[in-house]
Amino acid sequence: MNNEKRIQRREKIRNFSIIAHIDHGKSTLADRILEKTSALTQREMKDQMLDAMDLERERGITIKLNAVQLRYKANDGEEYIFHLIDTPGHVDFTYEVSRSLAACEGALLIVDAAQGIEAQTLANVYLALDNDLEIIPVVNKIDLPSAEPDRVMQEVEDIIGLPKEDAIMASAKNGIGIEEILESIVDKVPAPPGDPAAPLQAMIFDSLYDPYRGIIVYIRIVEGTVKPGDKIRMMATEKEFEVQELGVFTPKPTVQEELTVGDVGYLVASIKNVSDSRVGDTITHADRPASDMLPGYRKLNPMVFCGLYPVDSNDYNDLREALEKLELNDAALQYEAETSQALGFGFRCGFLGLLHMEIIQERIEREFNIDLITTAPSVIYKVHTTDGELKQIDNPSKMPDAQKVDHVEEPYVKAEVMVPNDYVGSVMELCQKKRGDYQDMKYLDENRVVITYEIPLSEIVYDFFDTLKSSTKGYASFDYELIGYKESRLVKMDILLNGEQIDALSVIVHRDSAYQRGKSIVEKLKELIPRQQFEVPIQASIGQKIIARSTIKAMRKNVLAKCYGGDISRKRKLLEKQKEGKRRMKSVGNVEVPQEAFMSVLSMDDSDKK
Amino acid sequence: MKPRAIYVHVPFCEQICHYCDFNKFFLKNQPVDEYLTDCDTEMKWTVEKFPNGPIKSVYVGGGTPTSLSTAQLRKLLRSIKHHFQIKDPEAIEFTVEVNPGSADREKLHMMREEGANRLSIGVQTFDADLLQKIGRDHKPNDVLETIDRSREAGFDNISIDLMFGLPGQTMEQFEDTIHKALALNIEHVSAYSLKVEAKTVFYQLAQKGKLPLPSEDAEADMYERLIERLTEAGFSMYEISNFAKPGMESTHNLTYWENEQYYGIGAGAHGYVGGVRTRNHGPLPKYMKAIEDGNLPYLEEHPVPVREQMEEEMFMGLRKRAGVSMVAFEEKYGRSMSEVFGKTVETLQEREWVMIEDGRIKLTERGRFLGNEVFEQFLLQS
Repeated sequence: MNNEKRIQRREKIRNFSIIAHIDHGKSTLADRILEKTSALTQREMKDQMLDAMDLERERGITIKLNAVQLRYKANDGEEYIFHLIDTPGHVDFTYEVSRSLAACEGALLIVDAAQGIEAQTLANVYLALDNDLEIIPVVNKIDLPSAEPDRVMQEVEDIIGLPKEDAIMASAKNGIGIEEILESIVDKVPAPPGDPAAPLQAMIFDSLYDPYRGIIVYIRIVEGTVKPGDKIRMMATEKEFEVQELGVFTPKPTVQEELTVGDVGYLVASIKNVSDSRVGDTITHADRPASDMLPGYRKLNPMVFCGLYPVDSNDYNDLREALEKLELNDAALQYEAETSQALGFGFRCGFLGLLHMEIIQERIEREFNIDLITTAPSVIYKVHTTDGELKQIDNPSKMPDAQKVDHVEEPYVKAEVMVPNDYVGSVMELCQKKRGDYQDMKYLDENRVVITYEIPLSEIVYDFFDTLKSSTKGYASFDYELIGYKESRLVKMDILLNGEQIDALSVIVHRDSAYQRGKSIVEKLKELIPRQQFEVPIQASIGQKIIARSTIKAMRKNVLAKCYGGDISRKRKLLEKQKEGKRRMKSVGNVEVPQEAFMSVLSMDDSDKK
Repeated sequence: MKPRAIYVHVPFCEQICHYCDFNKFFLKNQPVDEYLTDCDTEMKWTVEKFPNGPIKSVYVGGGTPTSLSTAQLRKLLRSIKHHFQIKDPEAIEFTVEVNPGSADREKLHMMREEGANRLSIGVQTFDADLLQKIGRDHKPNDVLETIDRSREAGFDNISIDLMFGLPGQTMEQFEDTIHKALALNIEHVSAYSLKVEAKTVFYQLAQKGKLPLPSEDAEADMYERLIERLTEAGFSMYEISNFAKPGMESTHNLTYWENEQYYGIGAGAHGYVGGVRTRNHGPLPKYMKAIEDGNLPYLEEHPVPVREQMEEEMFMGLRKRAGVSMVAFEEKYGRSMSEVFGKTVETLQEREWVMIEDGRIKLTERGRFLGNEVFEQFLLQS
């Protein structure tokens, strides 16, 4: 292909992604678009084609991005090349979303005709606006009985400033409005700019680990052309590779002779480590490098940390291997070996957020079949010691003794909660309880309010989202961003079982609520830890001072009376089940502690919940 | 050793109790006569395949055996005697389970005539409200009548079943039940703590949080009180939930705890024959179809490997007050108990959950309350 042809081809390319809140129908719409552009035969169509991993499908969320090339014959008789770039829909993955949006010129904004705009959608719309994307609003699910398309369109206009006449009425489920959407992609989304002869600039917006071929990077060519055999350089990591294969997803991987301006596809170059191919990095030619990186690259830093320990200490090496494998595919996952007196050998792992943490845990348990104990999630505290040192603490048990601590800073986030008027009270109550500082309250219309608080990150990492959902009957939506560190009056609280301090249960709490938290933690543990052969005192302490205590009574009776009419196998099964149950518990200082107890230190007791 | 004990299951009931998860069917419209014929066939084929030793006990349980008519029950008892060549029923223990109120004079006399010599009566509790709450259809007075009639019919070995740890049951109620039970002058008591099993009314209620069960402590207190009162009254606790006047221990029950073999006849019955634990089809159509097709009605057959035999020897045997003889163990398995379970026994001795006395390993009093914790330790692997 010569450059003239490349430029002609470029004019026919439309790169877009879909922005939607969870459940607003993004995957269904993507499926419909795939159908209409006959990317797949009917036989190949699986519902929600783009969500590959089981876990994604179960949770109804998209974790990894996908980029599909589609051919669309428009009403003007021309054939267009569409690249549909899928984005994850959760606050933990904001950066990945921003990179995939940066690979596009346009975005479909899906708004549920009954629910209206949600905080998360809004955040992504702002990301899209930041990237100068052409936004095409789509009001979806208009055939639902509860649909209020007029109100929602008005909302789109009021909040985002997109003329309501531009909104397309659709029902992805029933195929309404799909053609209109495709036509407006052709008409409104600009063709990509760029010079096929310029020095190569290709942005990495995702990567995937393949055991046979190494890292497969997903790229958008912004300038220049790349071919197999080319020597390439990652501009941020300065690693060099030779291109082995290039291709696009249709959605099956399809090999191409080159990728050029406007193209969205994949690149294989014997890249061994995901950290050599960071999302957001720019690929250029080693012998003819571009002068600048594409803007927006940022190394992702984990915000939430927890300890992962195998229930069975023999699984330690398996756990390490599991983490190694997952890390290949997930640049944001960090881990390092750590030892706990209570739990033995394990890993301190860093995650982008809570969902990310849960996904990794679930994948380890499911795909690698390892039973895990997860300690309560923590953030990074900045501890200024009395001798002038600054320590970054990501594990509460590592907190220096109180007398050596001058002051502590903790990360804060700006949290925006969007909620119907009726629930303002409960949202504010929750935010206050979570040590939030009120910032602002904005009415979007008569009924919908955006409430802004500054809240310590540590207070939202555990059950903030669940509590928010339950106290607003599911109506609230929530988004947050890190705003920096602030000084807080924090202390380490230790938990003692049977007189022995259990490091894995230590937790950092605000001094003012320490007594109440201590009380609720010991009560919670009493509930969760089954009776043992002996009486087990549970204590919460700050330094040497015991601030709360409770006691698990010794087990008194556990004996099966019935003889089950000679059904001995049943007796056996019952004993086996009992034994297996204990195997899933961790023996800590002679006390059998169930897995969930280690997470429980952060939960509020039920009476606290509304 | 050839099997010397027989369990026969009568899976019919006129009322379904809220706690019961045995194989049972509401009596109305069931093919009872066909079922009895099939049981007869099952006995015939079973004995052909696994010849019996000299029978020492028969136990007809359910369900509710007394829900059968006098003629039907007579037919069943005769089948048993015929196929297992029981010439002198008086020389063995021959038990039939009886539901208070469902055994009239005629039926009791027939049973006695046919050789039954022991009754097991499902009393459960003497509290009328509790009886209703657990779905029993009898009244406390029915028990007294049934026992009077049974004595009249010539039964001199009567056992009753009691339950504790029932929903809402108080210590006072249970104490009252024990008191009334002792006044009956019976020979044997089996006392079971309620266990909520899946597929029962109680399970449904418990799932919804609507089953107010007594706490572990309250239940332990009841068990303690039970042992105390029955011991005072001259009963000996020869097994975790069984109490007998001297010499009246149940031979049939001991078959299970001694890990001996037994036949299990009827729908859903469990047997242990030829070194194999068998479980029959529970649903009547399946059971009857198997017989019709000329097969023994087994749903499961599990040949018990030596390891499991040894485990069972322990976790069943320790239920007995007499415990497990170390010499007998070694004779039976060719390996000493300390070789197989040495470390376990040591740990349990340290915890004072078991003790060794006269060459036998036994539960201590505390070990008896924590039986399952002890038994679990004797599972070698799983």
